Amino acid sequence: MSDELIRLSAAELGEKLAAGDVSSVEATRAHLDRIAAVDGAVHAFLHVEGERALETAADLDRRRAAGEALGPLAGVPIAIKDVLVTKGMPSTSGSRILEGWIPPYDATPVTKVREAGLIPLGKTNMDEFAMGSSTEHSAYGPTHNPWDLDRIPGGSGGGSAASVAAFEAPLALGSDTGGSIRQPAHVTGTVGVKPTYGAVSRYGSIALASSLDQIGPVTRTVLDAALLHDVIAGHDPLDSTSLPMAWPSMADAVRRADVSGLRIGVIKELDGAGFQPGVRQRFHEALELLERGGAEIVEVSAPHFEYSIAAYYLILPAEASSNLAKFDSVRFGLRVTPDGAGTVEQVMSATREAGFGPEVKRRIILGTYALSAGYYDAYYGSAQKVRTLVQRDFDAAFAKVDVLASPTAPTTAFKFGEKLADPVSMYLNDIATIPANLAGVPGISVPTGLAPEDGLPVGIQFLAPAREDARLYNVGGALEQLLVAEWGGPLLGRAPDLTAHELSATEEGAL
Amino acid sequence: MSEISAEQVAHLANLARIALTDEEIGHLTTELAQIMHAVEKVSEVATPDVPPTSHPIPMQNVYRDDVVGNTLTAEEALSGAPESDGSRFVVTAILGEEQ
Repeated sequence: MSDELIRLSAAELGEKLAAGDVSSVEATRAHLDRIAAVDGAVHAFLHVEGERALETAADLDRRRAAGEALGPLAGVPIAIKDVLVTKGMPSTSGSRILEGWIPPYDATPVTKVREAGLIPLGKTNMDEFAMGSSTEHSAYGPTHNPWDLDRIPGGSGGGSAASVAAFEAPLALGSDTGGSIRQPAHVTGTVGVKPTYGAVSRYGSIALASSLDQIGPVTRTVLDAALLHDVIAGHDPLDSTSLPMAWPSMADAVRRADVSGLRIGVIKELDGAGFQPGVRQRFHEALELLERGGAEIVEVSAPHFEYSIAAYYLILPAEASSNLAKFDSVRFGLRVTPDGAGTVEQVMSATREAGFGPEVKRRIILGTYALSAGYYDAYYGSAQKVRTLVQRDFDAAFAKVDVLASPTAPTTAFKFGEKLADPVSMYLNDIATIPANLAGVPGISVPTGLAPEDGLPVGIQFLAPAREDARLYNVGGALEQLLVAEWGGPLLGRAPDLTAHELSATEEGAL
Repeated sequence: MSEISAEQVAHLANLARIALTDEEIGHLTTELAQIMHAVEKVSEVATPDVPPTSHPIPMQNVYRDDVVGNTLTAEEALSGAPESDGSRFVVTAILGEEQ
């Protein structure tokens, strides 16, 4: 029963809850049990709510029994990336400098999921302040990929992606600054969506780069992502970059998914050198499937995308160095007082030295350099011009096609430590995902199968014009349907059984 | 353009208020030079005729009504502070001896 519950999609679980076949307490307990069984090996969570999650679920069950009208995800458990502040739950953003901090308020997406009756299970692991592509930069140790525990789950939102891939949660929230939702989805065989910039409020999201960050859904199916997207999107007066507009239902877009006549542009620059053969093979098979489904595949060029990473690694550190100035040992988090006390500036410097990890220091120094007098025009100013050029590439492409497609990332999950010593090669992971953040357009990653050479999951990325998020759900939903029919079941059905090795350990202990 | 010295890194660390160790300054000097070399590529296409973009979806004049919203109580605002006196944040000396 318990194993059956955790393997349901959020949509299916929501239907069973609504029909009274299962209670939210049962569903929540099943996921807490799963976390207890496998998270020692996966380490997706930094904090688990436990009893409090069960109390929230019991309250929801009472409301349902009293006849209250509830949404489609009411009673469904959810994991929350630790970048989002949560009232009463520790929020660290993966950093030692915020260890033990309990925020006095909820981020708007958290408020919205609570209002929709979802049950927060806990907080998920991430690279410190979302700086990374592997979770190896978390101050609390890496998350392991459920497909192969020796490999990275992607980053920065590796915890959220691994939690849904390991069936510890049916849904999770993520944040995407340069691919932190989509690249983990790609390497864990899950679905991840970065909505249009401003579609989901950033209020209460611990900012990395304010002009790039966007909160979005992390799930196992496209419909689940759409249902969660419908819950979290919408105008928020607490975020001045929040778009004041009404959004169509993304769930309806999935349910009506139909690619006949849809023009899909394949980005020439993201389909060649540097991409692993198995990644490209599954990408082209997916395109053929869509073509047989009635879509028209067109090649398009985005000549300035190759400058995206360079621009991104100037804009992001510049914005991050300003955003992280708030960690000053005064209002929240760590305070380290050097020997013989000293001034507030010395306390601040000692605190930041002890509280920040190497990647965070690297990017703060880089950002401070890029913003320095005398270098500003050459670095930050030029990067902002590249941003214009990338937007123009998107405008030109979307004049010809409805959506764009590329592999989500160049390779499958790499092993721990493989790229840790070489920051530049780590940064290259984000080549396909970064352009969307620079231009503010939405993107989705949908699993397309396993790379034949290593048996690890790969994904396809679709991009749509700003405010046209529904197009992603249409094409993503259609592709998922075609692929699952071809596979005879979801891709995650083929993931290794994580309890097997736990079980043998228990048995050994019993002897 | 990407010649970066250890003295420069130490200066940047001071500006960013991070008390880096000499060893960290050494590593960062090498890494920053490599990273800057990789990102200097932006200047190849950033010609004078291209306008800069600071924000992906620009908005102007985002106002709200001038009414008091939900705000934190002093107790809530101080709840995460390393040190407070119940109504204010407490910090160590603002000025050093020589100041």
